[in-house]
Amino acid sequence: MNSPVSKQLSSTQEKQLVSASQWRLMWLRFRRHHLAVTGSCVLFILYVTAGLCEFVSPYDPDQRNANYVLCGPQLPRFVDSTGEWYARPFVYGVRLEQGEWSRTYLTDHTIKHPIYFVTKGPEYKFWGLFNTDIHLFYAGTDAPLFIFGTDELGRDLFSRVLYGARISLTIGLIGVALTFFIGIFLGGIAGYFSGLVDMLVQRIIEVLMAIPHLPLWMALSAALPAHWDPLRIYFGVTVILSLMGWTGLARVVRGKFLSMRDEDFVVAARVAGTNEINIIFKHLLPSFFSHLVTTATLAIPGMILGETALSFLGIGLRAPVVSWGVLLQNAQNFQAVSMAPWLLLPGCFVVITVLAFNFVGDGMRDAADPYSTN
Amino acid sequence: MVKEHNDVILDVSELGVTISRDEGQVSPLNGVSLRVKSGQAVGIVGESGCGKTMTSNALLQILPIGAEITSGQMLYRRKGDESLVDLAQIESDSDEMRSVRGGEISMIFQEPMTAFSPVHSIGNQIGEMVRLHDPMGENEIIDRVVELLDLVGIPSPRERIDDYPFQLSGGMRQRAMIAMALASRPRLLIADEPTTALDVTVQARVLKLIGRLQKELDLSLIMITHDLGVIAHTVEYVYVMKDGRVVEEGSVYDIFESPSHPHTIELLNSIPQSKASVESVMSIGEDEFTDGMDENDILYVQDLKKYFPIKRGLMQRQTGWVKAVDGVSFSVKKGEILGLVGESGSGKTTTGRMVLRVLDPTGGKIFFRKNDGGIVDMAKLSPQQVREVRREMQMIFQDPFASLNPRMPIIDLISEPLRANGWKRDECEARAIELMEQVGLDPGFLRRYPHAFSGGQRQRIGIARALALSPSFIVADEAVSALDVSIQSQILDLLKSLQKELGLTLLFVSHDLSVVRSLCDNVAVMYNGKLVEYAPTEKLFDSPQHSYTAELLKAAPPPDPRAPWLQDYEMG
Repeated sequence: MNSPVSKQLSSTQEKQLVSASQWRLMWLRFRRHHLAVTGSCVLFILYVTAGLCEFVSPYDPDQRNANYVLCGPQLPRFVDSTGEWYARPFVYGVRLEQGEWSRTYLTDHTIKHPIYFVTKGPEYKFWGLFNTDIHLFYAGTDAPLFIFGTDELGRDLFSRVLYGARISLTIGLIGVALTFFIGIFLGGIAGYFSGLVDMLVQRIIEVLMAIPHLPLWMALSAALPAHWDPLRIYFGVTVILSLMGWTGLARVVRGKFLSMRDEDFVVAARVAGTNEINIIFKHLLPSFFSHLVTTATLAIPGMILGETALSFLGIGLRAPVVSWGVLLQNAQNFQAVSMAPWLLLPGCFVVITVLAFNFVGDGMRDAADPYSTN
Repeated sequence: MVKEHNDVILDVSELGVTISRDEGQVSPLNGVSLRVKSGQAVGIVGESGCGKTMTSNALLQILPIGAEITSGQMLYRRKGDESLVDLAQIESDSDEMRSVRGGEISMIFQEPMTAFSPVHSIGNQIGEMVRLHDPMGENEIIDRVVELLDLVGIPSPRERIDDYPFQLSGGMRQRAMIAMALASRPRLLIADEPTTALDVTVQARVLKLIGRLQKELDLSLIMITHDLGVIAHTVEYVYVMKDGRVVEEGSVYDIFESPSHPHTIELLNSIPQSKASVESVMSIGEDEFTDGMDENDILYVQDLKKYFPIKRGLMQRQTGWVKAVDGVSFSVKKGEILGLVGESGSGKTTTGRMVLRVLDPTGGKIFFRKNDGGIVDMAKLSPQQVREVRREMQMIFQDPFASLNPRMPIIDLISEPLRANGWKRDECEARAIELMEQVGLDPGFLRRYPHAFSGGQRQRIGIARALALSPSFIVADEAVSALDVSIQSQILDLLKSLQKELGLTLLFVSHDLSVVRSLCDNVAVMYNGKLVEYAPTEKLFDSPQHSYTAELLKAAPPPDPRAPWLQDYEMG
């Protein structure tokens, strides 16, 4: 059925639809994909908290608390042990019970540390710009406000997860962006001009695709200057890998260009006298830009997983840098996990983030081509 | 009802289908009633979107996802025990439905290439149908397949049995498709636009075949088509559909000779009539236009060639040429409409595109007289020069959906040629408003996107874009073939009036002879990459010189059930 949109819309709706641009149609479809909308909300929250991690986290990620080594999660409470309600949440104090073979933290019901919101805490430099000491919530220097527990040096895991999020969620973005730029550019010229250029690009792609990535990654992280800090080395490696990772995308773009070069509307533009640059930027790229956005959404979780996996193996980021993969290194041995299962929480964040990205990507893929009817 | 007429095998009453989609509910069928008697050929005719295909899909319960039969009944008399079942009541995937579908009611689709699986031989696929409905031994199956292929007129069927669908021509594939539909010995055959994808000469043979089989095997037939010519010569009884309803029914003679519903009358009036005023008949012989460019000529094409290399093997060694256009010469006089006619593969579209240099010719010359009187050879110009000349020559495309970028509002689409030639934004807008009025569209629609327009409206937008730079010469490539007949006649009228008003010269490329006859002053016929005949329209239609032209003219079924059509046509 080629009937324009639908006959049973109210007139105002129809008025909006007939002059709806590509993006508006995409948004209308995306909105109906509930998982994708939920996913984008989750991502929004994650990126905002990662951006404001100094403010949201109660502690400095490197602050050690010798009194609270491997302390379990202490959740804020509203009801005390006698059943009384409090408007202001609090955490109980904890006391270490050192046995011969075991160490356990006992909750001390007599000490209540009230939690204050938007209050003064440890000083920090916000975004490296200015010094401040305002935190979203804090309960005083000696209160065990460890929502996710602490690690083997007594550092607050919640704060570390937030600081780790900032690195894990962003470090690969540059790599992905670079991948896209090269992929679209080379794929585009190969597809549009075909012939010799196409041949050349195709052969380069084949050679690059034959190089195994993991050994190269290891070699590169060893080869980059030793005096660089681990963050910079990792960044360098992602950039170099993106110089090799554009091949898949370039092939897709090339195929799209090849098939669309002879589409009627492109021929029409050519007959109208539009020059090649305008044809590419006004007609060809917009036609599959939505697909590119989708591909990007699906490529980002890949980079997050890559960071996690490599850091976990010890060849990606290394301490003192805080990232989710680095945090998971602590959960490498069985003993640690059995004693302190909360060390796996950073892994949950990886799962949540990747799922959220995949849902969003899925929704985008469904919404990507608003002009196909089925 | 059915009990009184024992020979009625299908009685559909008040059939309603609803599709639930994201944008809301649509009802493609709102109470369709029709009856088919045993051995009767019934036609359903209507324009796209009227619900004719949806009706046949509902009969077989092969509706698209989201579509549902919401009302009515479809009483069908089973083969054998003659028991009545209501097809609307049984589940789509029940055993009973499956034995009816394919077993007793078979279907022939429009595009045989997609109906066959490309990876199995046709013998295999037809044999599968035989096995499903008529279990028998391997050798007997092969014999039955050969018998079926023979029945549908496929030559030397025993050899063709191992052929794959891609090895058969379009017409042969459609025959194989019919053989497959007959494999289960159905009592009702539904043919959904069975010849729309075929060339007119092939169509003639396939239609004759269906007609013959229907009589020989005493089949009931439902012929679904938009083509009134096909309806006029294949069925006895016609249902005319519009907007999901049957608006008129009657014997084929009644429908064509005394239609009562306004829509039927509109359909019949949309059939292109031959051009009433016969221009001064000039005798233009084969050699007259090879001499050189006449003063009145705006375009003169000389020995135009387009060869595509055939490459084979690992080293891509060139082993030969496909001669898509092979030495075509013709001229177009200023202000005339020249029809370029041929079947698919004749090279007519390639020729049209080479004239505009959308394709580069392999050889030959294309002289074009510019407005300033200068003559250029399009074949030799650089891309930059071509862009300049294209201000004066433009193109109208076949597919109004594919030729408009769905991502641009109408104003950008129409003013694209203007912008490319350096017009300012406000100048563009003024010109776009003017153009919209010229092609009969509301200039208030300029900010809308193509998806808000129907096929006919889009084609008007395409025409407006072609006219934007006030060109003197336009190539219209099958400009009305994708449109319904009533829209087609509107667009043809628009083209005629624009041509008169603006003094345009048109090269009208088409496969549809009736359209060409109603529009063109002169006609050039192409066959296998060569120009076989060139003559003034009326002369060509009255006394075709070339045997191919004669065959082409004969093959199209006239939209009049009493007009003779290929009475002595050979099957084969």
